[in-house]
Amino acid sequence: MATNTTTGTQVPSKGGFPAFKVETFGSQLLWLAIAFGLLYYLMSRHIAPRIGGILEERSGRIAADLAAAQSMKAEADAATASYEKSLAEARANAQAIAAETRAKINGASDSERKSLEAKLAADLSSSEAKIAEARTAAMGNVRSIAVDATHAIVERLAGAKAEAARVEAAVDAALKH
Amino acid sequence: MDPVAAKFLGAGLACLGMGLAAMGVGNIFGNFVAGALRNPSAAAGQFTNAIVGAALAEGLGIFALVVALVLLFVV
Amino acid sequence: MADPIKQFELVHLVPLKIGGADFGFTNSALHMFIAVGVTAAFLLLTTTGRNLVPGRLQSMAELSYEFIAGTVRQAAGTEGMKFFPLVFSIFMFVLFGNLIGMIPGAFTVTSHIIVTAALALLVITTVIIYGIMKHGTHWFALFAPAGLPKAILPVIVVIEVISFLSRPISLSLRLFGNMTAGHIALKVFAGFAVAMVGAGAVGIAGATLPIFMITALTAFEFLVAVLQAYVFTILTCIYLNDALHPGHH
Repeated sequence: MATNTTTGTQVPSKGGFPAFKVETFGSQLLWLAIAFGLLYYLMSRHIAPRIGGILEERSGRIAADLAAAQSMKAEADAATASYEKSLAEARANAQAIAAETRAKINGASDSERKSLEAKLAADLSSSEAKIAEARTAAMGNVRSIAVDATHAIVERLAGAKAEAARVEAAVDAALKH
Repeated sequence: MDPVAAKFLGAGLACLGMGLAAMGVGNIFGNFVAGALRNPSAAAGQFTNAIVGAALAEGLGIFALVVALVLLFVV
Repeated sequence: MADPIKQFELVHLVPLKIGGADFGFTNSALHMFIAVGVTAAFLLLTTTGRNLVPGRLQSMAELSYEFIAGTVRQAAGTEGMKFFPLVFSIFMFVLFGNLIGMIPGAFTVTSHIIVTAALALLVITTVIIYGIMKHGTHWFALFAPAGLPKAILPVIVVIEVISFLSRPISLSLRLFGNMTAGHIALKVFAGFAVAMVGAGAVGIAGATLPIFMITALTAFEFLVAVLQAYVFTILTCIYLNDALHPGHH
């Protein structure tokens, strides 16, 4: 590896440590400035914006997707809530209707039953009255029959007509027992 | 003493500094690992500090190396 | 034994002189352009599709982008993102400079102190200029932490100024030293192996030891190459944070 340095002014180096050779600094600085300047230009103009753009786009996309998913979930939640609400409403409605119907039916049958009972009670009392009448009538008949029979019995046994007032008194006394 | 011999002796002595810097770096990472074993969850956040500390400690060892190189090649 | 320093020699590929000074196109310059080319190819060609669902290569490009963006945000806040192209350029340049240097026969751009120093000075100059542009004289509060007693303030200011000025030095020397030391170590062990092979059958058997060492060191050097690029980047971010938020230590 020949170190064919083209310098005439080079310090007559006794080997020397290459990194400490001041005469090489100018060239290295120049080319470092050019190379690093090029890298910095590429980095600030092309590389950093591009990769940063890719990453930003990706994170933006992910954030947007997440937001969309969030809003969809919220929508679904709202739909579920409204469904549950309408379901509850329907259930309440149904219960109300059922209760109303039951009340109506109960009321109707109650009034029917009451009128029926009243009618039955009226029938019963009128029947009782009739029976009592019939009974008094029958009792009256019994007395007159008994009186007639007493008259006939007395006439046949005694051969004489019995006194009406005494017969009636005797029949009454007998009926009382 | 022969100046050339003194130069080489000086360079060798300067390199002792690198060994001492090695002790410093080992101390930093040893303590880092000991701390990391005690509290592993905090270790990740302190790794950068460990690296920076090691770099600073090592830099002083590198000074010793540069002194040795200067003694060997420049003086 | 082969000279382990030889790998750092600059070779002129295209001589160029401006006003007597040497500005020739060297192997170092060639490898700088290779690093820039690989970076651009890696980041541009993989993302031409702009796919919403990334493939493997696009995923790698995006991962490196996200990694550096996360580092910048963590160290310098969201405002630090305006320096993102600079930080990403530095990371990629240093990373591929280091990694391409690991190819046998290739030149390691970052093993030259002038290159790392130029990058470090670029960072520090950016910090100073942007800090003064944005905060004016308030930026100098960086050197005088709030809530200190007046008596020790001068001492602290001197220490802070020295600490600030030593940043580019340590930043550049760390990268340079790591790369240089690693490559020298690799070449030294390789030299051992070569020298032992020359010593007959026993030497050939013994040469396996340094070859194992080279293998281990090569793996270690790949780690160092990536780690030093990251360290350079994170320290850059921390220093840029001083330009953005001077009072917050």
